[in-house]
Amino acid sequence: MSLLEIKNATFSYDDHENTFENINLNVDVGDVVCILGPNGCGKTTLIKCLNKLHELKEGNIYINGKDIKNIKQREIARNIGYIPQNHVSTFAFTVFDMVLMGRTPHFDFLESPGEKDYHITEEALKKFGIYHLKDKPYTSLSGGEQQLVFFARVISQEPRILVLDEPTSHLDFGNQLKTLDVISKLASDGISIIMTSHFPDHAFISSNKVALMKDRKFIGIDTPEKIITKKNMENVYGIHVKIVDICPDRKTCVPIKP
Amino acid sequence: MWIGIKNFKKRLFAVNISRNWSVNIILISLPVILFFVSFLIGIYPLSPVEVVTTILAKFFPTIPVSSTATTIVWNIRLPRIMAAVLVGAALSVAGAAFQGTFKNPLVSPDILGVSSGAGFGAAIAILFVGIPLITQVSAFTWGLIAVTITYITARSIRNSEILVMVLSGMAIGTFFTALISICKYMADPYAKLPQIVYWLMGSLASVTNEQVLIVSFPIIIGITILFILRWKLNVLSIGDDESKSLGIETGKLRFIIIACCTMITAAAVSISGIIGWVGLVIPHMGRILVGPDHNKLLPATVCLGASFLLLIDNISRTLLITEVPIGILTALIGVPFFLYLLRRGYNEWA
Repeated sequence: MSLLEIKNATFSYDDHENTFENINLNVDVGDVVCILGPNGCGKTTLIKCLNKLHELKEGNIYINGKDIKNIKQREIARNIGYIPQNHVSTFAFTVFDMVLMGRTPHFDFLESPGEKDYHITEEALKKFGIYHLKDKPYTSLSGGEQQLVFFARVISQEPRILVLDEPTSHLDFGNQLKTLDVISKLASDGISIIMTSHFPDHAFISSNKVALMKDRKFIGIDTPEKIITKKNMENVYGIHVKIVDICPDRKTCVPIKP
Repeated sequence: MWIGIKNFKKRLFAVNISRNWSVNIILISLPVILFFVSFLIGIYPLSPVEVVTTILAKFFPTIPVSSTATTIVWNIRLPRIMAAVLVGAALSVAGAAFQGTFKNPLVSPDILGVSSGAGFGAAIAILFVGIPLITQVSAFTWGLIAVTITYITARSIRNSEILVMVLSGMAIGTFFTALISICKYMADPYAKLPQIVYWLMGSLASVTNEQVLIVSFPIIIGITILFILRWKLNVLSIGDDESKSLGIETGKLRFIIIACCTMITAAAVSISGIIGWVGLVIPHMGRILVGPDHNKLLPATVCLGASFLLLIDNISRTLLITEVPIGILTALIGVPFFLYLLRRGYNEWA
C-alpha cells in the first residue's frame, strides 16, 4: 500500500469543463515526485486537492489507505504539510509565531500552544538556520528567508507528506538550489514530497519520479531520465530542447533556438 | 483547556520579562486609573474622599454618606462608567477579531451590517413604542437579524468566501440604512425624529444599571469565547488555504467568530447607539503596541478600548454644558491621535 494514492481523480470548477481528469499517482515513503507541465494545465489545482483545499469531482485520494473524504481536515494536516505558491501577508507575525502555527493540527479545538510546541518550534528554526530571526516580523524578511520560515513551519507540523507548489518560483538562482537541497534532505529523513515545478532541471536534481502533465492528463510517470526527453519536452512545451549529460549521474535540459 | 490557561500564565509571565514591561503596565493601569478618575468628573462636584466613602458605604452601612452622593455615584456615574468600559472593550475586541477573520485591516465590527440593523431596530422601536428597554432589545435583535441575512446571502452565493461575505455585508448594511431613513422620514419631527437622530449619534447619557447588567452577559461571554479561540484566530488571519492546510475548519471557525462578534457588537450598540471609529482603530493601536498575535492583541484591545471610550465619555460630559454625542467625539479626538500613532509606529507594525 502506498503512503498516498490518487485514483482516477477528476476535478472541475464549474461542472462543465474538467480542470484535470483521470489522474493516477502513487507516492511511497521517501519519494520526491515532481509534476511538470505548462501554465494552466492544472498542477496547482491537483495539488490543492491532496489536502482537501478543493474537493474532487470524481475519483479518490487515499492517505495510508484511508479516503480523505472521510478524514477531518485536522487529521489530513497531521499527515500532509503544504507550502503555497504565493503568500499574501496581512499581519506582521513574528517568525516564531509563524513557525509555531505549524503545531496547530496537533491541538484540540480549544487548545493553544504549550511547552512542547515551543520546543519543537525552536528545533525547526535551528534546523533551517533562522533561529536568530525568531523575534523579527516575517514580513520584513527576504524571499529566501521567508521560504525557510515556511519550511520550518511545515516541519514543525511533523507531516509524512510534503506538498510544495512551485517551491522555487520566487527565489534567486542560489536560493533555488538551496531549496532543492532542503527538499532532498527532508526526503532522506523519510518525508515524501510532491512538488510542482517549471524547471525540468529541478526534477533532475531532486526528484526520483516525474509526472508530466498536458491537456488535463498525466502523459507519463517515471524516473526523470525516462520522462524528461527531447520528444516529451517538445510535445509539452512546444519548444526545442537538448538533453545533455554533464557528468555521469546528472543530466540537464537546455532550451535551444529552432 | 485548563492546560491552555496554565500555559497562558507562563507565557504571559515570560513575555513580561523579555519584552516591554512598560507597555504592559500602561495597558493594565490605564483603564483602572481612568475608571476611578471618571467618578470625579461631572457637573456635581465630588471629592475623591466622598467617592471612596460612598462606595464603601454600600458594603459597610454604618459609614455616614449623603443621599445625593449615593445617587450620583451609584445611579448616575457608575452605569455610565461601566457602559463606557463595556462598549469600548466590546467594539474593539469585535473589530480586532473581524480584522483577523477577514484578513483585512480595513474591516470594522459593523462590516456585516450589525450597526445598521441595530439602528433600524432602534428607530422602529422609538417610532412605535418609545420605551427605552424595548428600544434596546429591538436594536439588539435587529442587529443579529441583519448579520444573519448577510451570512445566509453570502453562503448562498459562495461558500464563505471572504470577499463575498464583506460585499454582502455592505449591501445589507446599505439596505438597512435606507430603512432607517424611511423611519426618520416618517417620524414626527418634533417628538420622535430628534430621539432617533440622537440615538444614531451615540450616547451613554441615559444608560441605567439594569441596561448595563443585561448587556454585560453577551459581551463578557462573547469576549471569553473569542479569547479561548485566540490561537485559531491567528491561524485564520494568515489566509484560508493555509489555515485549512494547518487543519482548521475555516467555515466553522469563521461562523463561530462572526456569531460572537455580532453578539458583542449588537449588545454594545443596543445601549450606546452607533459609535464608529473605535472598532476600526483600537485594534490598530493594539497592533502597534503589542503586535498581531491575538493572545496579546485581544487583552490589549480590551484595555485600550475601555480606556479610550472612558476618556471620550468624560470629555463628552464636561466639554459643553449640554452633552456632546459620543459618536462625534470618538472621531474628532480619535482621528488625530490615530494619525499620530500611525506616523510613529507604522514601520514596526506593518
